[in-house]
Amino acid sequence: MSATAQTVETATRDGARLTLDHLDTLESESIHIFREVVAEFERPVLLFSGGKDSVVMLHLAAKAFWPGPVPFPLLHIDTGHNFPEVLSYRDHAVAAKGVRIEVAMVQDYIDDERLSERTDGTRNPLQTQPLLDAIADHRFDAVFGGGRRDEEKARAKERIFSLRDEFGAWDPRNQRPELWNLYNGRHRPGEHVRVFPLSNWTELDVWRYIAREHIDLPDLYYAHEREVFERDGMLLAVGPVSQPRESETVVTRQVRYRTVGDMSCTGAVESDALTVEDVIVEVAATRLTERGATRADDRISEAAMEDRKKEGYF
Amino acid sequence: MTFDLMSSRAHPTLLRLATAGSVDDGKSTLVGRLLHDSKSVLADQLDAVERVSRGRGLAHTDLALLTDGLRAEREQGITIDVAYRYFATADRSFILADCPGHVQYTRNTVTGASTADAVVLLVDARKGVLEQTRRHLAVAALLRVPHVVVAVNKIDLVDFDEDVYTRVAAALAALATDLGLPDLVIVPVSALEGDNIVDRSSRTDWYTGPSLLAILEALPVADDPSHEEFRFPVQLTLRPQEAARDAAHREYRGYAGQIASGVVRVGDQVVVLPSGRQTTIAGIDTADGPLAEAFAPRSVSLRLSDDIDVARGDLIAAASSVPSLTRDLVATVCWLSDVPLSKHSRVLLKHTTRTTRAIVSAVDGVLDLDAVQIVAAHDLGLNDIGRLRIRTAEPIAAEPYAGHRRTGAFLLIDAQSGQTLAAGMVGDPLAGEGEHADEWDI
Repeated sequence: MSATAQTVETATRDGARLTLDHLDTLESESIHIFREVVAEFERPVLLFSGGKDSVVMLHLAAKAFWPGPVPFPLLHIDTGHNFPEVLSYRDHAVAAKGVRIEVAMVQDYIDDERLSERTDGTRNPLQTQPLLDAIADHRFDAVFGGGRRDEEKARAKERIFSLRDEFGAWDPRNQRPELWNLYNGRHRPGEHVRVFPLSNWTELDVWRYIAREHIDLPDLYYAHEREVFERDGMLLAVGPVSQPRESETVVTRQVRYRTVGDMSCTGAVESDALTVEDVIVEVAATRLTERGATRADDRISEAAMEDRKKEGYF
Repeated sequence: MTFDLMSSRAHPTLLRLATAGSVDDGKSTLVGRLLHDSKSVLADQLDAVERVSRGRGLAHTDLALLTDGLRAEREQGITIDVAYRYFATADRSFILADCPGHVQYTRNTVTGASTADAVVLLVDARKGVLEQTRRHLAVAALLRVPHVVVAVNKIDLVDFDEDVYTRVAAALAALATDLGLPDLVIVPVSALEGDNIVDRSSRTDWYTGPSLLAILEALPVADDPSHEEFRFPVQLTLRPQEAARDAAHREYRGYAGQIASGVVRVGDQVVVLPSGRQTTIAGIDTADGPLAEAFAPRSVSLRLSDDIDVARGDLIAAASSVPSLTRDLVATVCWLSDVPLSKHSRVLLKHTTRTTRAIVSAVDGVLDLDAVQIVAAHDLGLNDIGRLRIRTAEPIAAEPYAGHRRTGAFLLIDAQSGQTLAAGMVGDPLAGEGEHADEWDI
């Protein structure tokens, strides 16, 4: 990629000093993390939803092991409520990178009554059990997640290497201290380690990197016309699993998605950002966090994310 | 006041900060103000904090709540763990490790300081230099943090009095000399009212230096690689064979790693440790194409001119300055576990990308952070900083931490539980590079 070669040239000298620019620094840190995991674990896997953070992770993984292939499979927990364009993007991206993907379906769990549908209709919290089962069934010992510390206050306390016990639980009060770039991935049989290579990236960093590296994303990250209705201050798309109630009016708006998750609880934001450069301007000027703006499930309580994480969520 | 987040410079840099301060010195207020004024606190976060502040019957919005991420922290009104915060100005992105002041103080501050380019230390102008201040500065000196910025806070509460500031600044400067801190900058501020945080305050016209944020924007990032010796711990071998993404790379063999220090150029003479074999750099590769030179902390893949045996845990070093191998270390460690050292005589030692078995052969003493001297001890407990003698099963290229923050650092790990027991630094970081391990006497 010519854009990056140019970066190498210009980033080389900051006055008289050698200084790496901030995206190169973040990229090098993430690549180091991927390589440590592959060197020290037997069976890593990368959680891949087709959302922008997982797409950036896969891009970094491909760079870390060039000219070899990405040396681990992907795992998607399919809620059954995904945006169809994200699923087709996922399949296209997987084929292009030549990686294998495992898909665990929440729908299968509902069909055979291992899980039951929630009264609020969201399936995000239902992903935890299929995730933990998939980790156990495949004996994955390291699980790459796209979580970023700037996303949410419980995530701000998460380690880059985060140990999970045999129940998949996170114990935030008993985390290993993490010093220098020496990551401790020791774990006992049945335990696994969640690894977050994007820990130190912000939403804006992710978008600047997508622009610099010319990374393709599902179209719904950019402004488009869509039939939506307003619920709890969020714009939800009209779809098979998100139907307006009688009191809710359907309108056509120009919107885009800042996060991509379960259709029933992921809101769109009104936007004219048609290109990645437009999105960068919009993200830099926004007054709302991406989760606050677009995720119903994080609005339940102050500790919604912490509680889900303790149970083994992403 | 807000900053323009769109970059005015083509290549903004990244600076890592760690905060330090005692209870009630206004650290949370300062962090809250940096986040708030840099527009890194967004409306929904602020709403949540205002809601909780009102719920607790507070008259003002408690910005400290922004940094309390866990339920237990909010319930108990204390900060338990290091939280990472992000803010940015036009030219620079900042990662701030916010280290709590009272619980697990040493453990958290050592963790935060280990990756920091700069420590931001808060001192209350009314109280001046306290024993706590001395401890904070000693930890920064021990971890060899390149820069320390002291914000002399609550300057509004001493009526912006120059004499008060001058006295505190003189005491800090004397301490910095004692501790051998390489770079200390002092600035009078009011975190609550915003004086000298973003803009210079008209109420401290006797202060001619820049604002706190201007100082943080101007600090050099880490050490200058061009003045360091080249060190490259090998993470793994990239040897794709038939799996290569294109036929041209089936014979590829490169050594993947992140440059720990210094600069490497194609054609440089290097030595691979522990084998001691000498060779030259044939290529520096990235997925974006080859480079003529690369410097810390870039992740690259190195090709060597000779077909020699290289594996994870090996160190590729400049042939002009080859580190020596040792199995006997004298080291300064911070004990991070609830279970004392005496229960862990056999441990794993993780140094760069090599993990080896190790035995703690002697405890030389424990560091009294107030007096900054070693006193005799037979064991180390949680939060103790002590001096140990360690024997490793395999030779390692351990260098004095004082001049080598990456190749002088290690972890001690419990082989059974996998817990991280201690953060280790080779030699005596407080004594500087000239001090040799075998010269220590208590």
